[in-house]
Amino acid sequence: MANNSRNNTDDSPTKPAAKKSKRTRGDTTPGDVWVVVENEGGTAGRVSWELLGKSAGLAADLGSRPAVIILGEDDERLAREAFSYGAKVAYVASHPALTPFTADPHCRALSALARKYKPEAILLGATTRGRDLASAVATNLKTGLTADCTSLEIDEETGLLKQTRPAFGGNIMATIISPDTRPQMATVRPGVFPLPEKLEGAEGEIVSSKPRLGDDLPVRQLKFIPNPPDGISLQGAKAIIAGGRGMRKAGNFSLLEELATELDGTVAASRGAVDAGWISHQRQVGQTGQTVRPVLYFAIGISGAIQHVTGMQESDVVIAINNDPDAPIFDVADFGIVGDLFDVIPALISEIRKRKAAGEPAATKKTSEQAARGARGGGE
Amino acid sequence: MNRETPSSISSVVCVKQVPDTTQVRVDPETGSLIRKGVPSIINPFDLHAVEAALDLKDKFGGHVTALSMGPPQAEEALRKILGFGIDRAILLSDRAFGGSDTLATTYALSSAIKKIAGEQPVDLVICGKQSIDGDTGQVGPGLAHRLGFSQLTYICSLKEIDFKAGVIRAWRQREDGRELLEAKLPAALTVTETCNQIRYAALPDLIAAADKPVEVWNVDDVGADRALLGIKGSPTRVKKIFAPPARQRGEILSTPGGDPGEAAALLMDRLAERGITLGGSRG
Repeated sequence: MANNSRNNTDDSPTKPAAKKSKRTRGDTTPGDVWVVVENEGGTAGRVSWELLGKSAGLAADLGSRPAVIILGEDDERLAREAFSYGAKVAYVASHPALTPFTADPHCRALSALARKYKPEAILLGATTRGRDLASAVATNLKTGLTADCTSLEIDEETGLLKQTRPAFGGNIMATIISPDTRPQMATVRPGVFPLPEKLEGAEGEIVSSKPRLGDDLPVRQLKFIPNPPDGISLQGAKAIIAGGRGMRKAGNFSLLEELATELDGTVAASRGAVDAGWISHQRQVGQTGQTVRPVLYFAIGISGAIQHVTGMQESDVVIAINNDPDAPIFDVADFGIVGDLFDVIPALISEIRKRKAAGEPAATKKTSEQAARGARGGGE
Repeated sequence: MNRETPSSISSVVCVKQVPDTTQVRVDPETGSLIRKGVPSIINPFDLHAVEAALDLKDKFGGHVTALSMGPPQAEEALRKILGFGIDRAILLSDRAFGGSDTLATTYALSSAIKKIAGEQPVDLVICGKQSIDGDTGQVGPGLAHRLGFSQLTYICSLKEIDFKAGVIRAWRQREDGRELLEAKLPAALTVTETCNQIRYAALPDLIAAADKPVEVWNVDDVGADRALLGIKGSPTRVKKIFAPPARQRGEILSTPGGDPGEAAALLMDRLAERGITLGGSRG
């Protein structure tokens, strides 16, 4: 394997060996930066690799290694996929009680690994399961946890993980640190960090274990009903066409569908439109919906409340269409069209069709995920 | 629901008084929150937790206790919930609780719940899925862990209580679907806004509420260790607070009363300048 294991199995306490007021890279080796993989029956959630890209940068700053935690069945396929996204170590804990996910056995397995290998930080997706697990583990290890981080960086002076997150509904940003406890734990929503480049065939070290979890679990899954496969995928969408209250009624979203078809995009919505019952919550962008970062974001009939902006501000190019020239959405838009969306959208659709007919290149130019992010590598 | 079983369900509901974040603004000069004139409300998700507890009480009997941690004025929130027909309201209020992060908060709340459990049964602890000011969703799972209760988060529908088996069955909302979970009692739940419809306070409950006291407990009442509370007991520190970085206001492509077609063409030109050409497979 590519990397040798460091001696990180000693029995020093959970707290750092010394309170670090200065970086002490020489005498205390910083622990690795872990990402807990969202292992859904052998398939990893995209957010796991987004976090791995970030953890590689953090580990480089610390002088340690990016590592992944894979809890579930004994399957090295995910570990190899993790190596291709930059992990140097994969801790694979396998036990039947870990599938399907419930909080308690995952908490016990992850806590045991953290106690044994003493990571500097643990990152999880801010998903229903990531939040569930992170909260239980942080409580168990009596350590700090910061939810929904939008920026993570290592403080050059102290080596601490600076965890920045929106608070008060996105009205304010707070940078949080956990100076005295380890591991430093954070969750990050899907779509906040870009997907790292994949290097097929990259290698790393696999550390396998079989945790003792028993089979008497407090919570059991009896049934799972997946969402109907209607093709909604806001994560990874290159173009998002979002409608708000200005759409006036559910039927008008067909206009956005038409535009989305031309742009090879996905229709989304603001909370206003979802609350009005015009479109499903699965398509909601914002504080109480999803965070997205497409190449193109159309905000159509959306006023631009901070709760919405929080979920789309990392988009490469934002286009706002609204009949209110004072709508705050124009403050965050690269291009704005003040006008009646019911005039502007049909005009836009016919313009796109006209240009396509004229034989202009008809593919979104930027193909690689990295390039698509452009210069704004937001959240870095 | 099995109505024949002669058993009951007693719950502790955790509620938080929060600023109405839709009305919070940031001072662009100082980057600090303008809280003046911002009304305090009961965290909206917590109202669904109250409803869930009352609904179970209506079906099976039992007690509902509302528990809140906060400054003295949080009594107002509990008084309102008393109007919905809960049996008991307890406010955890002490300077020593101030500055607690979620780890210290779950310590304080779990200390209080353990005291309540010494006085009456506690089958369920019910919380909203998250607060609208902190948005962390960490308190419910933290309580489950500290109390040793089954952890059931993001519950979107309560299916049944099986008293014989000593379990609760409930639907949990995930990003990719819904799962039916069976959890041993006692359990700690967090509920989503789709879990139920919040009832209106009934007049008799409102009248009865006027006579019910809000009990105020301090650190010593719950026998908590001060070293584990407040800033001392919180591993996280707020290092910096600042206004969110704003995107730059861009270019307005339309003229008042202008032709939408011209604006559309201009937009296409601008996107092309940025190297973005539109449309995919359908060219």
